[in-house]
Amino acid sequence: MTTDTTTTQSPEAAARPPAGPALAKRRAARSRRRLLTRRDRFTLAAMVGVPTVLHLILVWVTALASVALAFTTWDGIGFDSIKWVGLDNFRQLFEDNPQFWPALQHNAVWFVALILVPTPFGLFLAVQLDKRIRFSRVYQTAYFLPVVISMACIGFVWQLVYNPDTGLINSLTGANEPGHYIDWIGDPDLNLWAVLVAASWRHTGYMMILYLAGLKSVDPSLREAAALDGAGEWQTFRHVVFPTLRPTNTVVLVVTVIESLRAFDLVFVFNKGAQGTELLSILVTNNIIGESSRIGYGSAIAVVLLVISLAVIIPYLVAAFRKERRS
Amino acid sequence: MRLSPSDPRVPGPSRRSLLRGAGGAAVLAGAGVPLLSACGGSGSGSDPKTVSVGSNASDAVPKKAFETVYEAFRKQSGLTVHVNTKDHNTFQEQINSYLQGTPDDVFNWFAGYRMQFFAAKKLATPLDDVWQKIGGNFPEAMRKLSKGEDGKYYFVPMTSYPWAVFYRRSVFRQHGYEVPTTWDQFVALCRRMKGDGLVPLAFADKDAWPAMGTFDQIDFRLNGYDFHVQLMAGKASWTDARVRAVFDHWTEILPYHQDGAMGRTWQDAAQTLVAKKAGMYLLGSFVAQQFTDKADLDDLDFFAFPEIDPAYGQDTVEAPTDGFMLSKAPKNHAGAAKLLEYLGTPGAEEVYLKTDSSVVAASDKADTSAYSALQKKAFTMIGNAKTLTQFMDRDSRPDFTSTVMQPALQKFIQNPKGVDGLLSSIERQKKTIFASS
Repeated sequence: MTTDTTTTQSPEAAARPPAGPALAKRRAARSRRRLLTRRDRFTLAAMVGVPTVLHLILVWVTALASVALAFTTWDGIGFDSIKWVGLDNFRQLFEDNPQFWPALQHNAVWFVALILVPTPFGLFLAVQLDKRIRFSRVYQTAYFLPVVISMACIGFVWQLVYNPDTGLINSLTGANEPGHYIDWIGDPDLNLWAVLVAASWRHTGYMMILYLAGLKSVDPSLREAAALDGAGEWQTFRHVVFPTLRPTNTVVLVVTVIESLRAFDLVFVFNKGAQGTELLSILVTNNIIGESSRIGYGSAIAVVLLVISLAVIIPYLVAAFRKERRS
Repeated sequence: MRLSPSDPRVPGPSRRSLLRGAGGAAVLAGAGVPLLSACGGSGSGSDPKTVSVGSNASDAVPKKAFETVYEAFRKQSGLTVHVNTKDHNTFQEQINSYLQGTPDDVFNWFAGYRMQFFAAKKLATPLDDVWQKIGGNFPEAMRKLSKGEDGKYYFVPMTSYPWAVFYRRSVFRQHGYEVPTTWDQFVALCRRMKGDGLVPLAFADKDAWPAMGTFDQIDFRLNGYDFHVQLMAGKASWTDARVRAVFDHWTEILPYHQDGAMGRTWQDAAQTLVAKKAGMYLLGSFVAQQFTDKADLDDLDFFAFPEIDPAYGQDTVEAPTDGFMLSKAPKNHAGAAKLLEYLGTPGAEEVYLKTDSSVVAASDKADTSAYSALQKKAFTMIGNAKTLTQFMDRDSRPDFTSTVMQPALQKFIQNPKGVDGLLSSIERQKKTIFASS
């Protein structure tokens, strides 16, 4: 930012208190002083100000508004129909809504499944690819491709596999006949897992790329030293490589938490969050979007989602900032 | 604010001019926000020669059919219709903000509770003056459907289609089946079909709404139209023994429904009827759209859902009706009234049906000579009905049906044994939703 407040004549500049930095710094800045005219400063202010205003309106005001609306009922028609109901929405949500607890549970299952299956598998692939085996670029591209496709498209593609009447699996195994029928999309004991396979299919590639980047930054001399000490491949990985991936693991954890909380598009395309695949994000959407919406109630669900997200993200940010300050 | 174009004296793109360019773009983007929020709605202004229509007829066939109707209206009245077509589902989802913003003069909508809801919210203009002229064109059941809760008319019906049990004549002939008219005959037929290796009732509920159709049929056959309407309006209790009886009847025929309904769309279920693997399918007459082969279509027939309680017989027909409403403050009120009068004539419906043959006219005065056999039968069925229902999500609050009933019915299909817990859960949620406004 500019520090040339002393020489320009504009009243607004004169009114501004002198900038804080030390004198030496100011002297160094003197050579740049004339580079920024009034117009430049205006431009800069606009560049910072407009996004700030947009951010305030689109993120903070809306977030706070939805927190406030969570304590009301509102059908979205006219502001005078907003009625204050206190904690009613939350009471209803926790006690009466048959979909809320399953949704919460499914979000958690989503997280655990992503951490247990595609994450280690992505790490495994990354380690293999890092060895510069033949055609490693081809493999890399193949595994990464699903990440490039949008979740909605993935939903469509996997429906072709899972469709109980005409889908790939049931057609091959003959499970589309009465009597031994497998309903991958509708059966509440199956459909969440079916969706999770599709989600993992994509997540593996994502994890692979993150770990691959992490592995590239592992100092080769460490491996050399390990090799000289006579460590086997597994030992090297277990005691030398994996510990150096700590920062990557943190990123992976955060990314996976976010993925499991924002899970929506895949399921929405798959079966709109019917029995067995309810998710918080889908409950929010179902209540808010539509011709006569329950905006207050939907906001209450959104607030629950927000609280969970904050409970996860705040500790991470605190830790990250603390580390930054230390270094 | 004044932002000069980039300084011509600066040779080449200096750091400064780059900054300026970027800043300018940011300011422009900022200025774009109020512009964006200002647009939307109709652009036709208050030209007395045009009427604007907000249309949800985004599918090719209905869109074209409405074009022919508006063209015929222009020739007759000299008024041009300016149509704003929106994707069918998007139109529904946005109807709320659309009607509160700057809606078109006239807009496509559905009869029944869904129309009454917006009428009660004062987002529509009463049409009693229009109805004085078009009232004679419609049967009593249609007139009843077009009234708001305050007894005023708010809706001009255009087309309709019945829900019924569809079957293939050749299949019935081959196995010697007869059309059942009572519940016992119906259940017996299901059993026989199963024995013959057929899926007795094709079924799909992936989209969560088709199951509502089955509930509606059993409810008004068993408990009558009045109770059904009370229940849909949130006045009767879902824990009532009569509702329990509906689910008991449903449980009785559930084993004859097609396996795995939750993962199937109605189009796929219809294919099993096309392929003669299923004996019957309870659905709206739009099921005919899946019969692409002419010979198959000619083979398609339907019967009214069988009688359960003789006191009510088969006098209620579920016939979702589409039509038009007038927005709260139309720019061209007189022109819009003229358009609605025209749309309420049998002539307008005849023009429409020339292009779209998947529905039937709402007026009982419309010429039926060009109808297919299926359409004729549907038209007679609707015309003879003592009372018409719309569909669960048109007869009740849509927020209730979509957030409570859809998942509840899916749950019932999965586990028919848990009815009691399900019903008390529905009742608890219903109370809070209907109490909210």
